[in-house]
Amino acid sequence: MKEVLRFDNVSMHYHSKQGETVALEKVSFSVHEGEFVAIIGPSGCGKTTLLSLAAGLLAPTKGKVSALNVSLGYMLQKDELFPWRTIEKNIFLPLEIKRANTPQNRAHAVALAEKYGLKQFLKNYPSQLSGGMRQRAALIRTLAMNPDVLLLDEPFSALDYQTRLSVCDDVYKIIRNEKKTALLITHDISEAISVADKIFVLSKRPAKIIAEHLLEFPENEPLKRRENKEFSRWFEILWKELNQ
Amino acid sequence: MKKNVEISREHLLYLRGTRNKSIIVNVIRCAVLVLFLTIWELSAQLLWVNPFITSSPSRIAKTIADLYKNGSLFLHVGTTLWETLAGFAIAVVLGYSIALLLWWSDALRRISEPYFVVLNALPKIALGPLIIIWCGTGSEAIVFMTVLIGLIVAILNMLNGFMATEKSKLLLMQSMGANKLQVLTKLVIPSSLPNFISMLKINVGMAWIGSIMGEYIVSKAGIGYLIVYGGQVFKLDLVMSAVFILCVLAAGMYALVALAERLLIKNK
Repeated sequence: MKEVLRFDNVSMHYHSKQGETVALEKVSFSVHEGEFVAIIGPSGCGKTTLLSLAAGLLAPTKGKVSALNVSLGYMLQKDELFPWRTIEKNIFLPLEIKRANTPQNRAHAVALAEKYGLKQFLKNYPSQLSGGMRQRAALIRTLAMNPDVLLLDEPFSALDYQTRLSVCDDVYKIIRNEKKTALLITHDISEAISVADKIFVLSKRPAKIIAEHLLEFPENEPLKRRENKEFSRWFEILWKELNQ
Repeated sequence: MKKNVEISREHLLYLRGTRNKSIIVNVIRCAVLVLFLTIWELSAQLLWVNPFITSSPSRIAKTIADLYKNGSLFLHVGTTLWETLAGFAIAVVLGYSIALLLWWSDALRRISEPYFVVLNALPKIALGPLIIIWCGTGSEAIVFMTVLIGLIVAILNMLNGFMATEKSKLLLMQSMGANKLQVLTKLVIPSSLPNFISMLKINVGMAWIGSIMGEYIVSKAGIGYLIVYGGQVFKLDLVMSAVFILCVLAAGMYALVALAERLLIKNK
C-alpha cells in the first residue's frame, strides 16, 4: 500500500512568555492509502497540534511532515457551518476558496449531498438542521474538494451521546464508501476502536507514540464492532496504555 | 410550525391572549400621549402654568404652521436633515473602512490603539472653535462635527465585531487554504453583520447629536439654529416646536435603520 502521509521524528515546541512547552516529541508514523488510522491520547496532550501539523497549518520545530502527493480535507470538532449561508452554499465554500467553483465541481458536491440524504436540506439554513445532519453537511463540505485524505479532529465530540453513535456510524460509512483515507484523533477510546484499522497511542505531554495496534474485526461498521466481544478486550488494553 | 395542523383550543386561547395583550399595550401607549397633550394644553389654556414658559400643543402647532407658511420650515428641516445624513454616511463609510484597515494590519492596530482611546474619550465639542476656523461657518462645519462625533465610535464598534470572529471558523478557512482577502469577504464581513447593524443604530443617535451640537456652535439655518435662536429671543414656542420636529425626524430615521435590519438579517 502507498504511503500518503508521513511524520519523521516530528517535535513541536510552543513559546510563550511563561516559557517553552514541548507538545510533541519525536513522533514518527505514517498513514497508508485506504487506511482508517486513529490516534488516541489523553486530553491536552497535543492531538490537535498533531493534526494541524498534518494539515500544514503549523510548521514543526524539528523533523518533517510530508503529505505525499495527496490533497487533504480537514473536519473540525464542531460543524462550523456558516449560519448566513444555505447548506448548499456552505458545501460550495471550499470550491469558492480554491477558485474551483465550476459547474462540474458544484454538480459533484450536490450529487454527494443528495447521495447522503441532504437533498431536501440544500436550500435550508444550518439552524434548521439537527446536530447530526449538520455534521453530515460538514463532512460533505470537506468531501466537496475531493480530498485523498481526511483529517478528523474529534468530529463527534460536540454531539450528544445518542447522536454521536449514529453520526459516527454515518460518517464512517460515507468515508469508506468514498474510499477515502482517514486520520482521526480523539480522546474517546471506544470511538477509536469502533472505526480504526490502526490505532496509535500517544502519551501525556510531551506526547510520544507509545503503542501501535492493528485492529481486525469480522465486521467493520462501528455499531456492529461495538457489539463484538473483542471490543471490550481492546478497550481494556488501550485504557491501560492511556493511563500508564 | 407546520401548516394544515389542527390548532387546539388551548393554543387558540393562547394566541388570542397574546394578541389581546399587545392591543392593550398599544391602546395605553396612545392614551398616555393623548392624556399628556390634553393636560399640557388645558393647563396652558386655564393658565395653571404660564404658557409663555411652557408653550402648549396648540401653540406648537400654530408655530409650525407659521414656519410652513413663511416657507422656512423646509429650509430648516432640509438643512438639518442633510447635515445629519451626510455626517452619518461619511462617519459610517469612513469608520467601516478604517476598521477594515485596522483588522487587516496587526501592527497598525496595536500602534494606533492608544490614540483611538484618547480620541474616543475626548469631548468632540471642545474642538468647536477649531472647526469654525478650519471649515468656516457653513454646513460643512456642521457635517465635520457630525463626522467627528460618529467616526471613532463607528471604528471601535466595527473593529470589535471584526476581531470577534470565531477562532474555529478562522481555522476552518485556513484549513481550506483561504487567503486573507477570502477570510475577510467570506467570513469576517458576513459574521460581523449584527455589529454593523448595531453600529448603524448607535450612529443614528450620534449623527443627531453632532448636527444639533454643530448648529449650536455655528449656523444660519436648521433645527438646532431654531432652538438656539428661540432661546435667545425667548420664543419658547419656537424651541418646543423645533424639539417636536426633531423627535419626529429622529424617530423616522431610526425606523429606517430598523427596516434595514429586517432586510439584512433574514436568516436569524
